[in-house]
Amino acid sequence: MSAAEEVVAEGHEAVEAVPKRAMTLSTTTSLVVLAVLLIVPLFAKNFIIFQLTMLLIYGLAVLALNILTGGSGQFSLGQSAFYAVGAYVTAVLMEQFNVNYALTLPVAGVICFGFGFLFGQPALRLSGVYLALATFALATAMPQLLKLNFLEHWTGGVQGLVVTKPDAPFGLPMGQDMWLYYFTLVVTLAIYIFSVNLLRSRSGRAFMAIRDNEIAASSMGVNVALYKTLAFGVSAGITGVAGGLSAIAVQFVAPDSYTITLAISLFLGMVVGGVGWLPGSFVGAAFIIFVPNMAESISKGLSGAVFGVLLFLVIFLVPHGARQVAIVSQQLIGKLKKN
Amino acid sequence: MLFARILGIVAVGTAVATITSGAALAQKKYDTGATDTEIKIGNIMPYSGPASAYGVIGKTEEAYFKMINDKGGINGRKVNFVTYDDAYSPPKAVEQVRKLVESDEVLAVFNPLGTPSNTAIQKYLNAKKIPQLFVATGATKWNDPKNFPWTMGWQPSYQSEAQIYAKWLLREKPDAKVAVLYQNDDFGKDYLKGTKDGFGGKASNIIMEESYEVSEPSIDGHIVKIKAANPDVFVIYATPKFAAQAIKKVAELSWKPLQIVTNVSSSVGGVMKPAGLENSQGILSATYGKDAGDPQWDSDPGMKKWSEFVDKYMPGTDKNDSFVVYGYGVAQTLAKVLEMCGDDLTRANVMKQAASLKDFAPDTLLPGVKINTSATDFAPISQLQMQRFKGEKWELFGEIISGDVPSQ
Repeated sequence: MSAAEEVVAEGHEAVEAVPKRAMTLSTTTSLVVLAVLLIVPLFAKNFIIFQLTMLLIYGLAVLALNILTGGSGQFSLGQSAFYAVGAYVTAVLMEQFNVNYALTLPVAGVICFGFGFLFGQPALRLSGVYLALATFALATAMPQLLKLNFLEHWTGGVQGLVVTKPDAPFGLPMGQDMWLYYFTLVVTLAIYIFSVNLLRSRSGRAFMAIRDNEIAASSMGVNVALYKTLAFGVSAGITGVAGGLSAIAVQFVAPDSYTITLAISLFLGMVVGGVGWLPGSFVGAAFIIFVPNMAESISKGLSGAVFGVLLFLVIFLVPHGARQVAIVSQQLIGKLKKN
Repeated sequence: MLFARILGIVAVGTAVATITSGAALAQKKYDTGATDTEIKIGNIMPYSGPASAYGVIGKTEEAYFKMINDKGGINGRKVNFVTYDDAYSPPKAVEQVRKLVESDEVLAVFNPLGTPSNTAIQKYLNAKKIPQLFVATGATKWNDPKNFPWTMGWQPSYQSEAQIYAKWLLREKPDAKVAVLYQNDDFGKDYLKGTKDGFGGKASNIIMEESYEVSEPSIDGHIVKIKAANPDVFVIYATPKFAAQAIKKVAELSWKPLQIVTNVSSSVGGVMKPAGLENSQGILSATYGKDAGDPQWDSDPGMKKWSEFVDKYMPGTDKNDSFVVYGYGVAQTLAKVLEMCGDDLTRANVMKQAASLKDFAPDTLLPGVKINTSATDFAPISQLQMQRFKGEKWELFGEIISGDVPSQ
């Protein structure tokens, strides 16, 4: 049975406890996408490979936000802060303590998890727009915190830190960019599979129960406080890993790289990709990377306005983002096959 | 066998053509980004984002090369100026520079703006051996030919400027007690270091070094503290907002020391007016370029050329915008370097020629300020002239002073 038929047929069956199609792509589509991601770099220029690496990294950060907002229904405009912490942890460990780059990522993830979990505690009292504002404060504060004097010894202050790009290990015949791409791809895959399974698990169901109705969830025995902070922690942890990867790919961290603009871009990516639809995170990431460049090529002076118009069109025509496009096209294919 | 004969003639023709073009190529040397007809130059600028006021520099440069192309180009080659927006964000700067290098295949990256953006791309460009020419930042670290032979600054570094203040003070007021207020970051610390180096053995003249954080809402407390030490000279190494606050507070305390502000904070509209024109009288600073709003340059041949350029290629632009003057001067320097390269348009030769500028004077620099570089001196402009604020504008005085900072 093909993927498309499955989707159409599913509409007539009893609804699953966790509608997994609502979260992911079908196995066939996933494998095709994976094959494309594996093969394309072999034929692309280094610059394209670098852009694809950034796409995966931003995709991870959007995915993290998606777990938080799409999964547990909490808003965050502070993801850039977690991203910054992850990037700095990786950069400082690599440059000041000579730790291997691959080992810095779990450290970045764990530290950000802790940071997010702790931030989630006071955030429990807030919801909706108030939570968005609290996280917004975190995002605006972060660049200044990174410039603090007593941290300067490690962070390099305003100057930032230059990071050395790793070579391919075991004498593999590939350039730094290609190696970093495949390395990022493996990390991304691992985190993607983890996230999908997380949302299908007991914890994931608890997240969604809280999202849909907090009171109902708590009366069913879900520990609301625990799961809300847990969602914050997981989201921050994944964002931290993405930040760490970005430090390696960009080879530079500086406070001004992680302003509120980044947080808003990630939020934008999530909405464009479709809230709560994990594969959409990567479509959203592509949007925030490539569309500003497109807008610039249309008009340099009015790039911001062109970007605004394009964004408006997307929100107006497909309010549910890439997810809506995917569902519609799957249904179309399904219809064609039946005829 | 007519067909075979035609084929033969074509073959011979092709062979001849190949040989002659081969001979021509022997005298011309090109790297990626240069051909017989075109030189491709890349640039990144913050056209959007918090620093977008600087974007006019990129537009000026684009217009300048359009003018050059209309006049026939450089040694017969048109300049193709490719400029992208980095929004003053280092990750975006890396992406855009990689695009310039790997996708557009430019010969050199010219005048990228901002210390963070330039730091982010420096290692990459040096590893790829691509010129990062005439960067638009005043940090001192760009003059480091030993470690970064593909990076070169343009404007005077903060340390050069600070040395000039120290030299002037040593000559005019050798026994004055000096207090320094500086911003606690690389900007302020560069200035502080330059001042100390300039005073040399007489560094004991500096009786106080007080720093403030950019995050402080007001720096009044620091000014009161400095006044208590009773120095004769008060040097303000601050960015515009804080410089204005300092000048105003000094006046409020009815304190009358000799005050010096940085070139960065010498804007009449941005600092002197907010601080109060009556409070700003007699303040000193230094500069290296001509001020477009100053009537004394109305008959200056260099500024006339600049003015004609703005009228023709950038109609509607505010002529008081100092960035238009800046962009013109730096673009003219690049045009000079490319002209000196002749037919050897390799990246190595571009750096070699950029490092062999001798007494070059762009139209927009003060008379007497000249660009000199060498294999060990990657700081093109290192001369400034003192100026004093009088009425509603700056008045130049004294001679041109050099503040050469040895390369790092």
